[in-house]
This record gives sequence, C-alpha cells and structure tokens, in this order.
Amino acid sequence: MASNSKTLRSPLQIARGLGSAKHGTEHWWHQRVTAIALVPLTIWFVFGVIRHLGADHAAFVAWLESPFSALMMVLTAVVTFHHAQAGLQVVIEDYVHNEMAKILSILAVKSLCFVLGAACVIAVLKISFGA
Amino acid sequence: MVEFNLPANSKVGVGKTINAASGAKRAKTFKIYRWSPDDGQNPRVDTYVVDLDKFGPMILDAIIYIKNNIDSTLTFRRSCREGICGSCAMNIDGTNTLACLKAIEEVKGDVKIYPLPHMPVVKDLVPDLKHIYAQLASIKPWLQSQSPAPSRERLQSPEDRAKLDGLYECILCFCCSTSCPSYWWNGDRYLGPSILLQAYRWIVDSRDEMTGERLDNLEDPFRLYRCHTIMNCTKACPKGLNPAKAIAEIKKLMVQRR
Repeated sequence: MASNSKTLRSPLQIARGLGSAKHGTEHWWHQRVTAIALVPLTIWFVFGVIRHLGADHAAFVAWLESPFSALMMVLTAVVTFHHAQAGLQVVIEDYVHNEMAKILSILAVKSLCFVLGAACVIAVLKISFGA
Repeated sequence: MVEFNLPANSKVGVGKTINAASGAKRAKTFKIYRWSPDDGQNPRVDTYVVDLDKFGPMILDAIIYIKNNIDSTLTFRRSCREGICGSCAMNIDGTNTLACLKAIEEVKGDVKIYPLPHMPVVKDLVPDLKHIYAQLASIKPWLQSQSPAPSRERLQSPEDRAKLDGLYECILCFCCSTSCPSYWWNGDRYLGPSILLQAYRWIVDSRDEMTGERLDNLEDPFRLYRCHTIMNCTKACPKGLNPAKAIAEIKKLMVQRR
C-alpha cells in the first residue's frame, strides 16, 4: 500500500490524503432513483417488445407512434443510459487505478452513453412525429 | 492499468511439515502461513500435526501450543484470549475471525490459517495495521463539542444511549474491513466498514456536536461511497455487529441533510 515515495510521510498524512471531495451523495442517490424508475420502465419495454414478436416494421412503427409509447420509450432510453453511465463510472473507479486511464475511460463511457441516449431519443421522436 | 505480474511475495510455497502427534488419539493438522521479512524468501505454508488432547478447544490455544512447544518462530498477535481485545484476528478456514473465539472443532479437515487478507504482512500472521489505524484517527473517534465543557457528566437519554448499541461493542479487530473487496481494491482511500462503523458511532451519539462536520468529512466517492453493500463485513464480524447497516445509516443521513 505505501510506496517508496510515501514512506517518509506520516500514516495520518497518507490517510487524510487530499481530504473529502464533499461530493458523491448526488451520484449515489441518482443511481438508486434511476434503478427504481427502471423497474416499471423495463417491464413496460419487455412486454411491449414481446407483444410485437413476429410483427412487421409497420406494426412496430404504429406502436411507437402513439404518444404514450413514445413517452415511455424516451423515458426508458434516458433513464437507462443515465443509470448505465453512473454504474459504469463506479465500476471503473473500483478497478482502474491509473489516474489517467481512469479519467479517460470514465469520459469515454459517459460520452458513449450520452450519444446512445440522444440517438434513441431522436429515433423515437422521428418515428413519433413522422419526420 | 492492468498488472500482469503478481506483487512480490504473492507466490506461497509449501513449507516444512512437523508431526508432533505421534501416538495421539485426536490428531489435527494445522496449515499456517509463514513469511519472514529477514530471509528474502517467498511465503510458505508450514504444516503442524498436533494432539488435540494437549491444549484447549480454541484455535488460539492451538497456535499458542505450537509456538510454545513446536516452533517458537511462529509469530502472531494475541492478548486477552476472550474476544475483547481484537488482537488475534486472522483468516481461519477461509473466514476472518478471532482465533480465541473460533473453536477447533468448527473446522472440518485441516485448519488453514492465514493473516488478515490484503494487508501488508509484518511477519507470519501479523498484518501491518498502520494505515487502518491512521484512517481511524482521521475520523476523530472521540467526543467533540462546541458548547463549553460542562461541570458534570454530559447527560444522554436512555433512547439516545440505545442508539449506540451494536456500535460501541466494536473491538477494532478489522475482520470486517479486511473481508471487504472494496477495501481490498481501494483501501488507500476507502475507509472500510470498521472505520465507517466507528464514524457512525460518533455521528449518532447525541452528545457529539460535530455531526455535520463528521458527515462533511465522509462525503466522498471513495471514503464512503466505495461501499457497494457487499455485506462481507457483517458476515465476518466475530462480535455479531452490522457494519453494513451503519454505513447505510450514514448514506441515509447524507441524503437527509441535502
């Protein structure tokens, strides 16, 4: 745990480190809230897809065109990707110990989730408004 | 990012076998982790076959017997032999516990004894607790107040006193922290279950007036939020305490004060 450059520091200096970030509660709370929100959203999504098993493209489009389906689909996409980026950030913080690699991979994951989420929303809106 | 080589002294070899149970009616095999900083060797597991009729019923009785009668170089911490000092915490039969509270007959087959996991080893079964003690000091585990010192004791209602039950009993053996994967991977910054339980013990104490500052000091993605409710801490605690619940209470207070 204590590397050579640290051996001359007091244990308390190392333990106190850079101090508390005074941050993290928001992240933790959002992760819980989105997890709970995903329970009904995922059930709706799975049943929606099962109901259209074997249906053709037109039937799917007709389903997604309805305002309720479009709303639910947008919510599902946004909440899913918000939850995913929050959860993946925690996984990366847990296991990646090189500071540069950690920051870059968190940025990459967040960007990817943001792009995918935005793409889903645009796709749903496009179908819903029939552009 | 990825380490391909194991850290120094990770490969544990096979050590010597000493059979001290010739003619014993009840022989038991103890396999004990050995490492010395002095000989430049990798760690090894030594095997001692002993006669259970020669000493008391606990694991601690066995290793004291081995040290006194078979191999005086075997090194471990122990003091009270009744589960109140926390010195003899070690990994026995795959679980962190106190050697003095673990009965030999609870272990089926050979008894495997290792130091507390993922701590630097000083020698044999003695882990280096420097960092975790410093983490304890960092949360200031003593009563802090703003109002002037009273001329008599600080009073506490029986209900408020009851909130300390399940917290004050912690003996700081660190069985919980060293069973926590999050503490293994991020113990440099994560405080771990034992220290967070101590922190909560002072947060919930009705006589302490620095509750907000204590929460400020913990509100950190690493110090507190590395806890992912894995629950190994609660499972490991030889005193039957629930550090995971204490951490959950801290997280609730963090949300409550927003």
